[in-house]
Amino acid sequence: MTEPIIRFEKVVKRFGDVTVLDGLDFTVAPGEKVTIIGPSGSGKSTILRILMTLEDISDGVVWVGDEPLWHEKAADGTLKPASEAHLHRMRTRLGMVFQSFNLFPHMTVLRNITEAPVHVLKVGKAEARERAMGLLDMVGLTEHADKFPYQLSGGQQQRVAIARALAMRPDILLFDEPTSALDPELVGEVQEVIRKLAEEHDLTMLLVTHEMRFAREISDRVCFIDAGAIREEGAPEELFTAPTEERTQDFLRAVLDDG
Amino acid sequence: MNEMTWTDYLPVLWEGAWVTIQLTFWSTIFGALLSFAAGLGKLSSNRALRWLSVAYIEVFRGTSLLVQLFWLYFALPLVGEAIGVNLRLPPVVAGILALSLNIGAYGAEVVRGAVQAVARSQYEAAKALNCTRRQTLFRIALPQAIPEMMPPFDNLAIQNLKDTALVSLISLADLAMRAEQLRNYTQDSPTIYTLVILMYFGMALVLTALMRLLARGVGRWRPAGR
Repeated sequence: MTEPIIRFEKVVKRFGDVTVLDGLDFTVAPGEKVTIIGPSGSGKSTILRILMTLEDISDGVVWVGDEPLWHEKAADGTLKPASEAHLHRMRTRLGMVFQSFNLFPHMTVLRNITEAPVHVLKVGKAEARERAMGLLDMVGLTEHADKFPYQLSGGQQQRVAIARALAMRPDILLFDEPTSALDPELVGEVQEVIRKLAEEHDLTMLLVTHEMRFAREISDRVCFIDAGAIREEGAPEELFTAPTEERTQDFLRAVLDDG
Repeated sequence: MNEMTWTDYLPVLWEGAWVTIQLTFWSTIFGALLSFAAGLGKLSSNRALRWLSVAYIEVFRGTSLLVQLFWLYFALPLVGEAIGVNLRLPPVVAGILALSLNIGAYGAEVVRGAVQAVARSQYEAAKALNCTRRQTLFRIALPQAIPEMMPPFDNLAIQNLKDTALVSLISLADLAMRAEQLRNYTQDSPTIYTLVILMYFGMALVLTALMRLLARGVGRWRPAGR
């Protein structure tokens, strides 16, 4: 088996007295599309937020490729907490799509996409613009390039957010409930873009969602997480049709009845 | 000579009003610069800068403008003398300096508050795109915070306009000073002060209109009606 691109090693995350991740072990292979499902408060989003360096960890080690994310290797081989410079370097490998889009409201659609490539990656303006238009074409929004986010629907905003994340050329793209904030009729257009990405790119994708049918369609593997650890994982057809754990069965019964 | 009518007052008052306008203009500009410097300084990760900003804000908010003005105009030259430096300020410089420092201290809190009110999700999006702290502040947070600062800045600018009347106490011939001179000469208080009130009010209206234009300029990206 190839070296994993993401590896959580006994990762613990506490918020005050609450333990959200309780010794989590979890790996993702390069190019793999993995969906994380589980009840709310189970720590699903926390996994993504730790990878995007929006939350630090309380214990354990997270590896991205062969480098620790939240640590640096000291001269004697031991791990010490990461510096901002290390985190900055590691972040270049990751991108994130947020539940509430988080577009920059004061920038046009086009500038939302070119801002970070130009100022962080120091790509030339013309080149960044050309690439941004290519990405807007991919998400079907070229005619909206000069609009401000408030002039777009939620579904369109989320597609811009996906283009914005892709503009940074990450190896790993994290989706944190990308359709949860959308009106039902707008969910499809965003899922369509994510599905296309999953099919056509060797990008590693990590998705947290409540849309079970969608998870089943696009994932190579589905992980059920509960109370801060993975309770069951497997190919979607196995996990959804024949879950072995009682907790997984209960969860699936509850969400599938709902939808 | 005592037969002056209200139209005879106008040229004199207008001369004073022009001084008031200039004082307001410059002290609002410098005050805005100080607001950003101290407001962002208070949010800085540099402890010395933070401490300096807090000290400035608290001292100038916590003392009276009149005393600050007198200190700069009457006390500073004596301090200068004691240490052998000429710190004698022309009245107009002392006036603009005191007004700027005072409004800057209030404005700094407006800047700090507006920057801190930018949604956390915006900072997270900036981090996910690997923006540095500085890029996040100047390219993401500040442009969103500035439109939020405009209504309180409008208030401060008008406050500043009215506070300029204090500089007549260090012999600057502003609108308040001209009114006082006319009154001494003619004893026609009702006419003079009614005119002066109307002139201050007119200037305040113009100032608010200008601030509104500025607010529209910095908030173009926002949905109409906000």
